[in-house]
Amino acid sequence: MSVLLAIWALVSFGAGIFFADALNNIEIGGFPLGFWFANQGSILVFVALIAIYVWRMDKLDKKYGIDVDDYEGEVHHS
Amino acid sequence: MSEIQVWTLVFVVLTFSVYIYVAYASRVSDTSGFYVAGGGIPAPANGAAIAADWMSAASFISMAGLIALAYNGYGGSAYLMGWTGGYVLLALLLAPYLRKFGKYTIPDFVGDRYNETARLIAVVCAIVVSLTYVVGQMAGVGVVFGRFLQVDTEVGVLIGMAIVLFYAVLGGMKGITWTQVCQYSVLIVAYLIPAVAISAKITDWPLPQVGFGQILAELEGLQSELGFGSYTDALTGSGQFNMFLLTATLMFGTAGLPHVIVRFYTAKNVRAARYSALWAIFFIALLYTTAPTVAAFAKYNILQTSSAGTLADQSWFDKWADVGLITGVDGGAIVDLNGNGAIDFAGSAGNEVLINNDILVLASPEIGGLPAPIVGLVAAGGLAAALSTASGLLLVISSAVANDVYHKRINPAAPEKRQLLVARISMAVAVLVAGWLGINPPGFAGQVVALAFGLAAASFFPILVLGIFWKKCTAAGAAAGMAVGLAITAAYFVWTLPSESAWFFLGKDPILDIAPVGFGFIGMLVNFAVTIVVSQFTTKPSATMQELVEEIRYPGRTDLVAKHAQGDV
Repeated sequence: MSVLLAIWALVSFGAGIFFADALNNIEIGGFPLGFWFANQGSILVFVALIAIYVWRMDKLDKKYGIDVDDYEGEVHHS
Repeated sequence: MSEIQVWTLVFVVLTFSVYIYVAYASRVSDTSGFYVAGGGIPAPANGAAIAADWMSAASFISMAGLIALAYNGYGGSAYLMGWTGGYVLLALLLAPYLRKFGKYTIPDFVGDRYNETARLIAVVCAIVVSLTYVVGQMAGVGVVFGRFLQVDTEVGVLIGMAIVLFYAVLGGMKGITWTQVCQYSVLIVAYLIPAVAISAKITDWPLPQVGFGQILAELEGLQSELGFGSYTDALTGSGQFNMFLLTATLMFGTAGLPHVIVRFYTAKNVRAARYSALWAIFFIALLYTTAPTVAAFAKYNILQTSSAGTLADQSWFDKWADVGLITGVDGGAIVDLNGNGAIDFAGSAGNEVLINNDILVLASPEIGGLPAPIVGLVAAGGLAAALSTASGLLLVISSAVANDVYHKRINPAAPEKRQLLVARISMAVAVLVAGWLGINPPGFAGQVVALAFGLAAASFFPILVLGIFWKKCTAAGAAAGMAVGLAITAAYFVWTLPSESAWFFLGKDPILDIAPVGFGFIGMLVNFAVTIVVSQFTTKPSATMQELVEEIRYPGRTDLVAKHAQGDV
């Protein structure tokens, strides 16, 4: 999870803000790269991060033999 | 009535009938259904509801305008990265654990993990944050109705209030959830269709995310021709610092938003809560990757028209000028100041018009020359975005009052029916207050919402994260952290916001160049520091609570977590 959070910070604060100026020297498909990360790329990376997290947690659940049923009935009805 | 008005009316009436029918069909009669929909909503639907709940008038109506007009391109990315990036924090650090704790709302979690004093402070924070945010929605509704029904903004807000009140009060969370699923569908279709159509028209690429790369070079040319700064250049120096602060504030604020967090309790189980978060970010990304394209295309079209000297001949220009959302530079009538026979929109001294940020998305189909039905659809989408968020926020307010204050503090013996009545009354009061503030808003929709994020970041985020990951975090620490974080952030707003906006703003110069919208991050750091320091010197949580906080992070459910969720601990 700390790896995911490191990528999160690197893409948004790094590529999108602090290194954006430098990255803008590279151009792909009409987009200066720093601008693209701030405008588009960071969002796509965020979706991927959450997808990886959900997938990893599911695997972890399986490893510990936790069934979906173990989670049922958690909401506490007062 | 113009063709555009007819189509707007058709789409608005059609979509609203669906919302109201859905709210009526899924109405509830117990408190669990009212607050958290009985925990029985499937993940994709819950994801769509989270997306609708969270993508407000600011995302739909204001964001592209902020990017294109207020921030001139690159700088507006703070909103794109901030609002989506906060989602990563929420999904990874908060949602699954709070869900496992098995409590309804943030104040409920705070009251349980810390103590009753901390709960009361959390209630105050939740109400302040939600009200600030709901005002932005009401102002957005006013803009939409004002333009398309050609009524006063005030009347527009009143119409919106009546509708929100009707289905939120009647349906509670269950009704709101299913209504929000419909609203998400409406708003995303309304956002994507014009974006795709304009991209295909101008660039041959129907995918706007790719297409707008084709016009960037030309847009840069127009920007410099008309005296605007570069659209794509990165910020440096204090601009970069403030962009970092604003992005961080929006991120941590998003993660601490009470009306989004409560959504994860409506998921069937922890696994469903995780999948809800994934669906939600996917649904949100659809709109958020499109918003910068809408901004770029609209700016491109406006600048081309201005450069050709035909701005004043456009029908969209007149219509928005009629309702006072396009004005002269002094906020009054539009005058050809330099007498060149054309109205100029420029970044230099020759500028003769002010375009309100909030109209860009609503006007973009007209600006791009798309047919009337699409214009009407976009108006309906804007209303869907505003109303879905408003209803979620009202629910937070009503549950804070009815559950955390009335039931827990004033009358613990109150029967279910009585609690529901209190919840509905507090909702109605909140609608009235929000409507009044929506008619007299302290700024445009986007800015008001950005301030709400600052308050959320400064009050909730630290004590939620510490409450989950640090078992020795104490009640006194959390209470002090929240109170100081909220107070210092609110004080900075009062200190720096322009005094014309409200009588209690002082309009002083910012300290160290920190823009008020970015101050929430500083408030959050202060909150962290205060909570950690005070926790060192105050009574540690009980042994059971410390054990529970540890076990909440184990996979699956331990006995203690299960018992706690049943209310036996």
